[in-house]
Amino acid sequence: MKLIYEKSQAGRRASVIPRPDGLQAPEVPEDLRRSEAPRLPEVTELELVRHFTELSTRNYGIDTGFYPLGSCTMKYNPRVNERLVALPGFAQLHPHQDEDGAQGALELEWRLQEILAEVTGLDAVSLQPAAGSQGELTGLLLVRAYFADRGEGDQRRKVVIPDTAHGTNPASVTMAGYELTDVKTDARGNIDVDDLRAKVDEHTAALMLTNPSTLGLFDENIEEIQQIFHEAGALMYYDGANLNAVCGISRPGDMGFDIVHINLHKTFSQPHGGGGPGGGPIAVRDILEPYLPVPAVVRNDDGTFGLDYERPKSIGKVRGFTGPFGVFVRSYAYIRMYGPRLREMSEVAVLNANYVLARLKDAYDLPFDRLCMHEFVLSARNLKRDHGATATDVAKRLMDYGFHPPTVYFPLVVPEALMVEPTETEMKETLDAFCDAMLAIAGEAKDDVALLKDAPHDRPVRRLDEVRAAKNPVVKYGFEPSAVAAES
Amino acid sequence: MAAAESYPDDLRYHEEHDWARVEGDEAVLGITWFAADALGELVHFEAPAVGATVTKDAAYGEVESVKAVSDVVSPLSGEVLEVNETVVDAPETVNLDPYGAGWLLRIRLSNPSEVDALLDVEAYRQVLASL
Amino acid sequence: MTHPFLALTDRDREEMLRTVGVSSIEELFRDVPGGVRLGRDLALEPPLSEQELSAHLGDLAARNADTTRELSFLGAGIYDHYVPAVVDTVLQRGEFLTAYTPYQPEMSQGTLQSIFEYQTAICELTGMDVSNASGYDGTTVTADACYIAKHATGRTKIVVTEATNPQVRQVVKTYAPGFGLEVVEVPHDGGTTDPDAVAAAAKGAAAVIFQQPNFFGCLEPAPDIAAAANDAEALSIAHVDPMSLGVLEAPGRYGCAIALGEGQGAGNVMAYGGPHYGFLAARQEFIRRMPGRIVGETVDAAGDRGYVLTLQTREQHIRREKATSNITTNQTLLALGGLVYLTWLGPQGLREVGETCLALSAHAKARLRERAGLEVLFSDRATFKEFAVRVGRNARDVIRDARALGVHPGYALGRDYEGMDDVLLVAVTEKRTLEDVDRLADVLAEVGA
Repeated sequence: MKLIYEKSQAGRRASVIPRPDGLQAPEVPEDLRRSEAPRLPEVTELELVRHFTELSTRNYGIDTGFYPLGSCTMKYNPRVNERLVALPGFAQLHPHQDEDGAQGALELEWRLQEILAEVTGLDAVSLQPAAGSQGELTGLLLVRAYFADRGEGDQRRKVVIPDTAHGTNPASVTMAGYELTDVKTDARGNIDVDDLRAKVDEHTAALMLTNPSTLGLFDENIEEIQQIFHEAGALMYYDGANLNAVCGISRPGDMGFDIVHINLHKTFSQPHGGGGPGGGPIAVRDILEPYLPVPAVVRNDDGTFGLDYERPKSIGKVRGFTGPFGVFVRSYAYIRMYGPRLREMSEVAVLNANYVLARLKDAYDLPFDRLCMHEFVLSARNLKRDHGATATDVAKRLMDYGFHPPTVYFPLVVPEALMVEPTETEMKETLDAFCDAMLAIAGEAKDDVALLKDAPHDRPVRRLDEVRAAKNPVVKYGFEPSAVAAES
Repeated sequence: MAAAESYPDDLRYHEEHDWARVEGDEAVLGITWFAADALGELVHFEAPAVGATVTKDAAYGEVESVKAVSDVVSPLSGEVLEVNETVVDAPETVNLDPYGAGWLLRIRLSNPSEVDALLDVEAYRQVLASL
Repeated sequence: MTHPFLALTDRDREEMLRTVGVSSIEELFRDVPGGVRLGRDLALEPPLSEQELSAHLGDLAARNADTTRELSFLGAGIYDHYVPAVVDTVLQRGEFLTAYTPYQPEMSQGTLQSIFEYQTAICELTGMDVSNASGYDGTTVTADACYIAKHATGRTKIVVTEATNPQVRQVVKTYAPGFGLEVVEVPHDGGTTDPDAVAAAAKGAAAVIFQQPNFFGCLEPAPDIAAAANDAEALSIAHVDPMSLGVLEAPGRYGCAIALGEGQGAGNVMAYGGPHYGFLAARQEFIRRMPGRIVGETVDAAGDRGYVLTLQTREQHIRREKATSNITTNQTLLALGGLVYLTWLGPQGLREVGETCLALSAHAKARLRERAGLEVLFSDRATFKEFAVRVGRNARDVIRDARALGVHPGYALGRDYEGMDDVLLVAVTEKRTLEDVDRLADVLAEVGA
């Protein structure tokens, strides 16, 4: 379809801007004045609405259908949250409003902090980080500040990460100025404790761990791991990407972790928005509270709520203001509709995943034959070996059946990985239809692999040439007739 | 079309899947068929500058496909005399002809005795067999 | 017991447990050691129905003095520009709202094409060659740009003007130790920055960051600052207000390497500070150093045009510890709001909003002088939509007293700058009217500013 710029016609517009009577704009000094207008689209409002409506029909969201994208927790996003976040008292509130003019917002933030402290089993919370990866970086900066304060900053330079970790973990380690130590996964999908023991010493600052792991497995040796780190005087960081599996069942604080980030857009239902916004609050043990970002949201002795900037040991700010407030409204609303029943949320998430796993494990390779938590990883290596069908081919063929594919080729330790996370909000009928499709595709790989290789057949586009895009990047419209015609 | 698998007899190899063609006190460097195949069609070669120093066993550049990126490890030490601009402009040349038009660097050796420690083709094939 | 977001019936559960081969849900958690179990209910308040929840949050919202209840001249980085209805219409499409990162391009052409259109709009606004798909906000994209500068120059000093938003400077300073960077500030001189001072500081620097218009609302001699940075072979980084770019020159036109900023004013509600989008655009030579997602054009198997995430080898999921950033989730939905808004405006609309801001704020300066007898600070400097006035006593007290009369008169600059305790930063967007400005002047006169 055409780009909005290709629909533009000089002289059309959608907006009318107020022009106060009798006022003249002062001249901008000539060397600072805009010399050439930006070529923004010129369209009517109806064209605008039609363009973006058509674009939306070329997209697929949770509202469209089943979206078992592993590690992303694509659960239902309740519509009431959208209505609540749009209330003028939230949406039209300026972040520099005085504290006495923002009591409702501050109370909501404080309550959410209290809830997240209870859910994670830790003592203090900062809502400020904008996403999980920023939560990671913030957490590692806390680790730096903590050890610097203890005079161990130069000594403890290493952060340990398992080879199953999300790519964000090693990237955050580098951005925080730490060195990376990789640790292996054992035959059961747990951290290799012997490898770990050999790599943790007085130079270790922290462990970063996702538990359950990206394999969807709860680390059975978590108590031993905790002992190894704390005996070495190091801290433990919990990547909360998979918190949806264990709410009300096992808390990171109880597992021995000192710092946790929570992906509000995963576990607590902030809509993913095609790639964001997210929210990455961090919860910490009391020893780390002095280092949390400023301002802290606090409840005053008189029961009012306020912002505390007087934190001399704070690492500073990682984002503007107190964080992505609209995300907090949605997640707070979501949690309040569950209360202590968050445990059931996790239980059903785990049951749904195990059910799908049980139905699929004979048709696909299962690298670690255990009960899974909220997600699991299969491998299409059997289909590749026997029929030449890759994980990508399976993913693309699933689109023909009307499903969003699972995460593919992650984690890296599993070849031809297919990572499936159904979430708790899906009906059994939906899970069955997905399993039927996956089984049918395994059969098609055997009988007519071209069906997979040519897929998808019914999406707005066929398979796209990513090599061409990377070799000669075209990352904006050229405002000239395109070399490639837009299909009608 | 990518080239068929091959490992010429006249090259010396490094276990990180790099090759060297030693010509007097100079050498031409590249990556092996195995490395190019594992990465898939290359879309970018991040090359060092002419005049830069490369060190045996250390990375001197990167090659990228759409889904992967890999350091290119130097099998020998020396100074960069020439970068293959054909590969910079058309990285897929490496997939098409890894030992010919798809060479990456020409260097002047700073320590020619390092050549002795490189693998011959049989030893490199054993490395591949062990993967 | 049923829950609106849990889909399984009791019978479903029984059948599914049987298929799994366990007798109870409890058994599914057998890998979780007893020693790390919670063993009690979470101490949270009981669940609310949607109706009860709506009442509770309605009550919290009602305890905030938002800009529909208080006439506000607050700015200082977040601005009360008008957001048209079409933005809500598009952002509430479930296909956009409830999708995730477009890893599977055939399922995500809507998101991908809209990001491509967004990147185009940002490049047009800033005069740059390449834009990413958005960052978290105006503060974090600035820190991201420091990481680019470090790797592009191999240098470790970041120069930032003191007239740059204090929160931006704070975030850069928070990130700097991890990046191995030191941050040096250049003081302002009468409300703007002296390019010679920048030139002196820029020697050996990786980057020079300045804001246009700056935090005081004044127009910096931006081309001269950029030139000072470029002469020192430091990256010149302009932190710009997108809403000014219909009337102010594009940073790409005066030699900047990178242009970035807070996108909120262009299409996002203020929402007590977020979520918003930060934009980050650069010259072509930095394309492989950009953080975050970038969408590129390509063709499908039938030869038709389509869009994909491209240059992904920069990113953390492939390059891991050597990535250009750790970003995965960014602000795509908010950036889409920005694109819809800029489309709604068009080039004419963007210029007209800028002209209305210029005209109204100039009018406000005059009115505060005439009616309230206030001294406009840095009065010889040109401004855009925001300006500083001396109010004769502590600005925080003036704000408190004015708010009691229903007007929030602005931001107390003494929070960030020494010697400015009696200075108020007043922002006037196109949403304010002549009457609003008169009321501000009257209220400030009345409270004895």
